[in-house]
Amino acid sequence: MTTRKKILWGIGAFFIVVYCLFPIAWIVSVSFKAPSDLANGSFLPSELTWQNYDLILFGGASDLFLPALVNSFGICLIATAISCLLAMFAAYAIARLDFPGKKLILSTALAVAIFPVISIVTPLFNLWRNIGLYDTWPGLIIPYLSLTLPISIWTMSAFFREIPWEMEQAAQVDGATTWQAFRKVIVPLAAPGVFTTAIIAFFIAWNDFIYGISLTSTEAARPVPAALGLFTGASQFEEPTGAISAAAVIVTIPVVVLVLLFQRRIVAGLTNGAVKG
Amino acid sequence: MTTTTLPPGKKTEPVSAPKNGITDRARSERKLGWLLAGPAFAVMLLVTAYPIVQATYESLFDYRLTDPENRSFVGLTNYWVILTDSLWWQSIGVTAFITVVTVAVELVLGFGLALVMVKALRALRPVLRAAILIPYAVITVVSAFAWQFAFDINSGFVNSWFTWLPGVSENTDWFGDRWTALLVICLAEIWKTTPFISLLLLAGLAQVPEVLQEAAKVDGATRWQRMWRVTIPNMKAAIMVALLFRTLDAFRVFDTIFIMTNGANGTESVSFLAYRQTIARLEIGLGSAVSVLLFLCVVAIAFSFIKLFKVDLAQARGE
Repeated sequence: MTTRKKILWGIGAFFIVVYCLFPIAWIVSVSFKAPSDLANGSFLPSELTWQNYDLILFGGASDLFLPALVNSFGICLIATAISCLLAMFAAYAIARLDFPGKKLILSTALAVAIFPVISIVTPLFNLWRNIGLYDTWPGLIIPYLSLTLPISIWTMSAFFREIPWEMEQAAQVDGATTWQAFRKVIVPLAAPGVFTTAIIAFFIAWNDFIYGISLTSTEAARPVPAALGLFTGASQFEEPTGAISAAAVIVTIPVVVLVLLFQRRIVAGLTNGAVKG
Repeated sequence: MTTTTLPPGKKTEPVSAPKNGITDRARSERKLGWLLAGPAFAVMLLVTAYPIVQATYESLFDYRLTDPENRSFVGLTNYWVILTDSLWWQSIGVTAFITVVTVAVELVLGFGLALVMVKALRALRPVLRAAILIPYAVITVVSAFAWQFAFDINSGFVNSWFTWLPGVSENTDWFGDRWTALLVICLAEIWKTTPFISLLLLAGLAQVPEVLQEAAKVDGATRWQRMWRVTIPNMKAAIMVALLFRTLDAFRVFDTIFIMTNGANGTESVSFLAYRQTIARLEIGLGSAVSVLLFLCVVAIAFSFIKLFKVDLAQARGE
């Protein structure tokens, strides 16, 4: 490649980075603006202030935000764990065993993945009210499985298909017990796939808004996206722009950290599951 | 124990003579397969098939949660009410508009991003990959707020930055008019989901055989010809999968609309209509009917994609 070309592609890459990060930079900037500074019409705050963070972490909005943060972490982690566990068994069967119905399971996962969430919410809203699951953790964990389980099955079976399973027998031939062969050979080979699947499933659960807003009514179970949607200002005339931005920045941090740490794996997981599945 | 007894005769039958053409081994493998995959399968059915059946049943009733005593069977009346109401057709129009615009722009933009990622210097790739994953991983609600605040008449910067554009001034109220509001909604959706498409297309690009490119080059094909005659036909499967997934995803649009306009000024999507009927107005019967209709739309789109464009998912998976 010539130097000129290199520079051109470099400029292209620069624009991509700006495109991806610009809205994030903007919301970070808003989160540091004082209410009186919001309408300054410029991108950056005229003076940095922590008061929005103070408001949502210790002040008046903390009653709404902090429980929601705990709910979101708890509910998403449990839903991710359950779907990864179920998907692990299913993906092992799909990758290694020969049985009729493999196609049926994969097509079902696909159908569930494209299912309109709102069509699930409507009947659940009524049912959860009748059986007392409305506004509880299990009341969200169960429907979250409809989001996380299909993608977990697809992604994980794609990963498991690429594991050289003969290694297990090879280890046994070399004198390892079944358990040793499993623990020392198969677990290290399968762990990255399981881990990547867990990250992707967590992203999807963390992103949910419809279930969160429809199936909860108090801070007993309300997750962060729903709480963000319900933020109101300190008074009727004050827009909660700054507080929302600060909360948005806080819930974006875990996601950015995961992306930075595991970007290569996440890309492999996303494209394997969808294209090579 | 010194006596050695033979096991009962039945069990000593050779495995090589299977009944019904299935060996014991194959049978036990089947059993194990369903034993392992069964729970996941059952959970998937429970969390989707059951609700849609329940919704179909409830859509046949005139049923308000605030007035449960007067629940009555009305047959298909709810569907008739919805399909003859302009609100439904308006929300279908909005949804279709958002779907077509976002998917078309994302496909072109995503292809561009994928090309840059392929061509960019090796050293830049991790940076690009991380950057591109951020919009994908950010919560839709957060992205909707970021774009809303940017275009907001009071706190935004767009109005003061783009006054040189015709039609934009300090007092442009982007969310006060239907089409400008839809434009901002589309922008936010495009920003958030283009990375996903570009990653799928990137994987597709990687599957185009290098030999074909070289051969076309030797035969004197221009860059443009190579793109249209070699690259794109060879990644058709990846393009179709990306299109199908994104179209169905875009058709469910809800979060961004809820945050930005709350459905005001004729920006209500089908999902939003279903939400408003059920959760806000507690009209379980009508809301369920909208949900069922939305479900049927999604099935119809998926079906026509697979039939019309012959999207072969197995082929796309490289089998």
